[in-house]
Amino acid sequence: MQGNRACCEGALAAGCNFFGGYPITPSTEIAELMALKLPKTGGTFIQMEDELASMGSIIGASWTGARAMTATSGPGFSLMMENIGYAVMTETPCVVVNIQRGGPSTGQPTMSAQGDMMQCRFGSHGDMATIAVVPSTVQEMYELTAKAFNLADRFRVPTFVMSDETIGHMREKIVIPEKIDIVPRKPLEEGKLPFEADEDGVPGFAQFGSGHRVHVTGLTHDERGYPDTTDPDVHEKLVKRLYNKVESKRHEIADYDAVNTDAETVFITYGPCARTVRQVLHDHPNEEIGHLNLRIVWPFPEDTMKLFPNAKTFIVPELNLGQMVREVARHTTGEKVVSMPKIGGHIHTPDELYRAVEAEK
Amino acid sequence: MRHEVLFSGFGGQGVILSAVILGRAAALYGNKYAVQTQVYGPEARGGASMSADVIDDEPILYPKVTSPDIYVIMSQQGFDKYGSDVPDDALMLVDSELVLSRPECTCIEIPATTEAKENLGRVIVANIVMLGALVAATGVVSEDAIERAVLDSVPKGTEDLNLRALHRGFELGRKK
Repeated sequence: MQGNRACCEGALAAGCNFFGGYPITPSTEIAELMALKLPKTGGTFIQMEDELASMGSIIGASWTGARAMTATSGPGFSLMMENIGYAVMTETPCVVVNIQRGGPSTGQPTMSAQGDMMQCRFGSHGDMATIAVVPSTVQEMYELTAKAFNLADRFRVPTFVMSDETIGHMREKIVIPEKIDIVPRKPLEEGKLPFEADEDGVPGFAQFGSGHRVHVTGLTHDERGYPDTTDPDVHEKLVKRLYNKVESKRHEIADYDAVNTDAETVFITYGPCARTVRQVLHDHPNEEIGHLNLRIVWPFPEDTMKLFPNAKTFIVPELNLGQMVREVARHTTGEKVVSMPKIGGHIHTPDELYRAVEAEK
Repeated sequence: MRHEVLFSGFGGQGVILSAVILGRAAALYGNKYAVQTQVYGPEARGGASMSADVIDDEPILYPKVTSPDIYVIMSQQGFDKYGSDVPDDALMLVDSELVLSRPECTCIEIPATTEAKENLGRVIVANIVMLGALVAATGVVSEDAIERAVLDSVPKGTEDLNLRALHRGFELGRKK
């Protein structure tokens, strides 16, 4: 099965019933398959006029209770930024798939990259926290896309599937789980205001048509949802809550593999670079090389680095000029950090990564 | 054992589909693991196209080909790009009338495009002729497995044509 198809199948298994999108290479197969499959399961597929509208459509669909998704690549992702911020501010659960390609601008449509890792975290204006999952296999594409819906609903936040052309277009065998756990968003309790958070920082959801009076705005708002744009306390309380409801749970929702935790030299990866590191570990079984692979990169789970108490060097291969490596470096306690950037469209070879290990001897 | 199979030609020849079918045969009908990847440009037809399969008895970690042991080359441009510097112990199948150069390694010449056009009636099945020849010459998957994978992958109504192409490929591949 192709990675992009696994994304669709995972979404459908998780109950996705709305897709609004604008096809773009290398994500096009996702829109194609959703157009074929959603109508047959009672869902809705709309090809929108552009990516601004695509993002708007899934926000609207989500407020009617739909599990809504869109899929795009770099140029479309840039166009979605404004409404992604709106989804953050209005606490609208939605899933945005970015099958990354070479950028900036239209760049390399058919080649692989991970250049948007900071954009999914900081691309829209204002302080915010979002969630990003990154698959390294077609199997994980299925499972993590399904998981993204649960995370989006639990935290009421846009959740990104930050994959890339390599995994999106790759075909490999997968085993479809018998059952995917669907954890729906919690409804607004009687007597509570539409944006009055529970203890976890997340308010119950006042779905359109469920009898609640609710006002949804991107302006700074109070717990009723009414704009209150000049009171510093209202703004601080709201934005800190939106930020902390995600960031404070980063270690609880962390999803990773940690291999050879005694090692002194440790690779930290996300996405397809994990495949290359696994090959290096397989080819050099007698050498202690550690590997931390993150399946959720935002919020960044810095405690996972502490699983390698003997680490002297963290090596971070990524398909960009060095993005997540900065997050790694920010959390080190004296360890050396080596950035292994690669752009142009191909993933690192095992030889390239093993040379980096040898250089640390 | 890890096999790396590289297909190259121009867009429209079915180079990517060939790798998809071979990978499917290995993964679903050959009890092996397979990963299929590709490199292509934005052109729909005519541009250089490359696709590849990694086939192994073990789960596949690194998904890309690094040193293919089997090449299937269907255009001169594809040869120039991927076939001109192959290791001596590799095996190459070329579409003998579209590729003028020959490699240093063992080379099997298959007139797939002519065969498809003149004897099978549709040039579009040249890739399936090559696929048949590849399987017969290398045994990388069984003939039964590739047959089932071809039938899974081709449009309804073309099964017979594609099977004839595949079987013609088997014959051409066995002869060499």
